[in-house]
Amino acid sequence: MPVKSTGQAVAEALALAMEMDEDIFLAGEGIGTSIHVNPHLPTFGLLERFGPRRVRDTPVSEAAIVGLAVGASCMGLKPVVEVMFFPFITLAADMLVNHAAKLRYLSGGLSSFPLTVRVKSGVFSAGCQHSHSLEAWLAHAPGLKIAYPSNPADAKGLLLSAIFDPDPVVVVEEMPLYWTIHGEVPEGDYRVPLGQARIARQGGDATLATYGGAVHVALQAAEALQAEGISLEVIDLRSLVPLDTASVIASVRKTGRFLTLHDATRFCGYGAELAATVAETCFDELKAPVRRIAAPDIPVPFSPPQEAFYKPSADQVTQVVRGMMHAG
Amino acid sequence: MQRDPLDRDQRIGLHADMLLIRAFEDRITQMAHEQGRLPGMQITCHGQEAVAAGVVRALTPRDVIVTNHRSHGHLLARGVDPGALLAEIMGRQGGLNHGKSGTLHLADPGRNVLMTSTVVGAGPLLAMGAAFAQHYRQEQGVTCVFFGDGAAAEGSVHEAMNLAAVWKLPVLFVCESNCWAGAQAHKEHCPIGEIAARAASYNMPGEMTDGNDVEGVHETARGFLEHCRSGKGPALMECRTYRMHGHGEHDQQQYVDKDELASWAGRDPIVRHAEVLRRDGLGEFMAGMLERADQAVDRAVAFADASPFPPPEEALDHLYVNPILREG
Ligand SMILES: Cc1ncc(C[n+]2csc(CCOP(=O)(O)OP(=O)(O)O)c2C)c(N)n1
Ligand SMILES: [Mg+2]
Repeated sequence: MPVKSTGQAVAEALALAMEMDEDIFLAGEGIGTSIHVNPHLPTFGLLERFGPRRVRDTPVSEAAIVGLAVGASCMGLKPVVEVMFFPFITLAADMLVNHAAKLRYLSGGLSSFPLTVRVKSGVFSAGCQHSHSLEAWLAHAPGLKIAYPSNPADAKGLLLSAIFDPDPVVVVEEMPLYWTIHGEVPEGDYRVPLGQARIARQGGDATLATYGGAVHVALQAAEALQAEGISLEVIDLRSLVPLDTASVIASVRKTGRFLTLHDATRFCGYGAELAATVAETCFDELKAPVRRIAAPDIPVPFSPPQEAFYKPSADQVTQVVRGMMHAG
Repeated sequence: MQRDPLDRDQRIGLHADMLLIRAFEDRITQMAHEQGRLPGMQITCHGQEAVAAGVVRALTPRDVIVTNHRSHGHLLARGVDPGALLAEIMGRQGGLNHGKSGTLHLADPGRNVLMTSTVVGAGPLLAMGAAFAQHYRQEQGVTCVFFGDGAAAEGSVHEAMNLAAVWKLPVLFVCESNCWAGAQAHKEHCPIGEIAARAASYNMPGEMTDGNDVEGVHETARGFLEHCRSGKGPALMECRTYRMHGHGEHDQQQYVDKDELASWAGRDPIVRHAEVLRRDGLGEFMAGMLERADQAVDRAVAFADASPFPPPEEALDHLYVNPILREG
């Protein structure tokens, strides 16, 4: 299997989808002509290959970008639009939350909205108006699905599933992964079903559920814990909505300990949903209280040492897991 | 309206401001290319100095500025300390905003550079609110907001202009039309050549000015500020200029026509103004000005370099006036 960067894997999925289906078009700010010349960027080369009819640079207009997707998808096209950075999704929130998520329901099932919104996330020295992990906001809007890949194969497979899914899907792409994470990517029409988690590492002592770039932090922690004789199972959720509850529960039943990890802030974060689900279903099997590891409840600070302080680290994970082992 | 002509000191002051801005940003450009010297991306207003100097020097101290990601010029023309500015850009303790902002959201409320947003198109809304306060308290102040030609595509800009016009709020909307929004040329994101033409649809005065003519910009700004101050509502001033560097210093401008760039280089606002001053017999007053600007920048670099990074835990500070304490 060829090894690709995460960004290249996204580009491959976009190109493949467009080749397969004429109803698919792309739109977003600078997705065609970009200020960056970087082959690891997800829309690199697509304008040259598919032309300006199908690869559309838009004005700086997030509401219009997502409005375009909602309207066009109701007409049967399959729009794949990009919102440049996660905080800017708030400008498109009306179209996404009040419309993409609700119009099918409002129509009594008569309409459908096969659209995909790709949004770039991550912490990258730009401060809190460029970096804000808002996945829990979106997860709280019934009607949306949310995929969140951690590696190149999943980036391709989840995106293809999202594009051909008949419902609105938001795919969160952590920008630093585009060029830092490489891996084998299956060729052809490879799909990872939405709602199917992946065991990223087998373990018997505790279960950690996470997603996106934090998966790599968790794996680092698991490696360190192994040296101390503690075996951590790492679940890469891959999709937040729908959530693969069965895989999480099965793992917790095996290990008896559960913790969550994400780069988003803690209060009302996605980890809270996971913790509640496990507490409701596995209470009797738990040997220690459920723990959540997340960013502190502040916006992303700019100053480099503070930015590092903000992001949960492998050390934090190992410390928490050690504590859970002593708890029982 | 007849206004007093600019006196010698005002004209020389405009020139000194532009030189300081250029010297400061030339140093930023240089440092941006030294590996690891500056965190994040650097955005300069190289070529647009006349807009910053011309407009800001027309403001009174009680007037309020709202700015955006391309803000160095606005801040320096307002008299913000270059050392504190650079320290903030470097994420240091001694920075204007204690390292919370970094380069993209630089603000100095103490000097009435009241708010900065890097969310494109947000500034006009914030300015409308600030101007409401000035109007409500029957102050003489005006709020001046700088935004780009790209920003004019955001719906927020329409809402701000509409409400400011309906309520006759004292906002001077200054559109820096620098021919680019990222890698998108003006005609790719804007259906009309002059955004100032939209003023008519809000029943407010609007005008396109030569943004590379510092004295012309200054004169036009003075006229519009009188309008705003006299209770007649907002005004829209568009300054035609050119973004001489890329969107940021990392941008190689591969999409920019080289002849177009060269032709705008021939209209450099600083060179042009120096010629005007010399023509008017004021050449002697420019002696030593460049050296003084460079020395001010040297002092700023020394200050910023000597300023430590803020302690990581201080990332938790400054979120609320009355902090919320959370368990766990
Ligand atoms: C809401 C929002 N969308 C996208 C961006 C990314 N972005 C930053 S600057 C910029 C271009 C802005 O162009 P313009 O308003 O003309 O300002 P200029 O950069 O030319 O000064 C874009 C798209 C952003 N910061 N905010
Ligand atoms: Mg512009």
